[in-house]
Amino acid sequence: MSAPAFGMAFASQAAFRALMECLSRPGEIRTLEGVGAPPPMAPATAALVRSLADYESPIWLDPAFAAAPAIAEWIKFHTGAPIVAAPDKAAFALVADSLAMPTFLKFAQGSEEYPDRSTTIIVQVERFAGPALTLQGPGIETTRDFAAAPLPADFAQRLRDNREMFPRGVDLVFVTGQAIAALPRSVRIVEER
Amino acid sequence: MTAPVYNFAYLDEQTKRMIRRAILKAIAIPGYQVPFASREMPMPYGWGTGGVQVTAAILGPQDVLKVIDQGSDDTTNAVSIRKFFTRTAGVRTTTATLEATVIQTRHRVPEAALSADQVLVYQVPIPEPLRFLEPRETETRRMHALSEYGLMHVKLYEDIARHGHIATAYAYPVQVASRYVMDPSPIPKFDNPKLSNCPALQLFGAGREKRIYAIPPYTRVTSLDFDDHPFEPYRHDASCELCAATDSYLDEVITDDQGNRMFVCSDTDYCEHRRALGHGPIAATQKEPADG
Repeated sequence: MSAPAFGMAFASQAAFRALMECLSRPGEIRTLEGVGAPPPMAPATAALVRSLADYESPIWLDPAFAAAPAIAEWIKFHTGAPIVAAPDKAAFALVADSLAMPTFLKFAQGSEEYPDRSTTIIVQVERFAGPALTLQGPGIETTRDFAAAPLPADFAQRLRDNREMFPRGVDLVFVTGQAIAALPRSVRIVEER
Repeated sequence: MTAPVYNFAYLDEQTKRMIRRAILKAIAIPGYQVPFASREMPMPYGWGTGGVQVTAAILGPQDVLKVIDQGSDDTTNAVSIRKFFTRTAGVRTTTATLEATVIQTRHRVPEAALSADQVLVYQVPIPEPLRFLEPRETETRRMHALSEYGLMHVKLYEDIARHGHIATAYAYPVQVASRYVMDPSPIPKFDNPKLSNCPALQLFGAGREKRIYAIPPYTRVTSLDFDDHPFEPYRHDASCELCAATDSYLDEVITDDQGNRMFVCSDTDYCEHRRALGHGPIAATQKEPADG
């Protein structure tokens, strides 16, 4: 019997720790060491999936990811996570086409008693630039600006509606190549530019 | 090597993923207790199994670990947990608060201000602040869902009615980001103000009760109180007899069977650091003379 790959333990930890820092400091951008995966999966997305997903965490793929059969195979081979067709059954949702991402209400919101039973949406974007949202909330000392593109035109409103549901709601992770940022459900938009 | 070989930081990777997913939810919902599948650890419940599991899940080879038990780096619990991670993760350990990247603590918050690149992991015995008021988990869960925290205020009011002031001295309930009422673990209420707007991420692990919760950095944490009975942190009216600190939390140490006692900093690193800087003991004349 071969020993578990030690490298994977360290790579998982590094990816998780980067995401933990990002979620603790909404809007802050961090880079992590990506992992190779079939297109259109970005290296950082692949690292997060391998770090966090397993047989206990169903994954939903957006049509852009689902169109590449190699993606589902790669996820099953590396993590054993089941791929689900219903977004509200998913622990993680992977979105390759950020403009076409479904409204948050299609995903699991958790319940008032168990708000943690909700979907974490990992969205691949082209860049962390564009019209900025000024954010406040836990993890932000004063305010912090966050920008990602491309995003749906009503993205800010979707985020506001998500905050209205608190403690229910979804958490968002944004990925470009090797960089990530996160917007937990606790963030509030104070200004939109 | 003949000793059994463990995965890095003892836990298997699947367990770490499960704990990591719980930690991420806990950060997204500040103060909410996320259930997790707590594992049996090679130490009994009550010895920090929750904190150890959280630490094991976040720890990386580059981390520097500090473990304190009631403020001290040198008590059994702190020493054995530090040894545990030295053996299973090979990480560097320290007693200096400022050097550590991960600090696991039992019942104290370090005196030194924490920074943004540190994580504070609390060991929690009973995570549910409402448990002694309402034993049913279904009910306390419903109370959190509805933000129905009147019962907690009744408890604090009964303190005032009976003692003339809020007599709760440790595990003093707090409200996180104006939403969840949370047990800060049995830290003295002296430490409560340090929880608020802390630059470091604070994680709480309860092994026996299988709950993880968190306070993200820069989050407002308020101690429950009344307008006419505001929250007051308590501190012995004395200074440390080793380093003369007047701002640290003090332990009262009985020194003999004649009723003599001394006050010393509960945070041993803080006290040692001050003494290294030349802060000496207070003059002997100021001390009460011992009888006989």
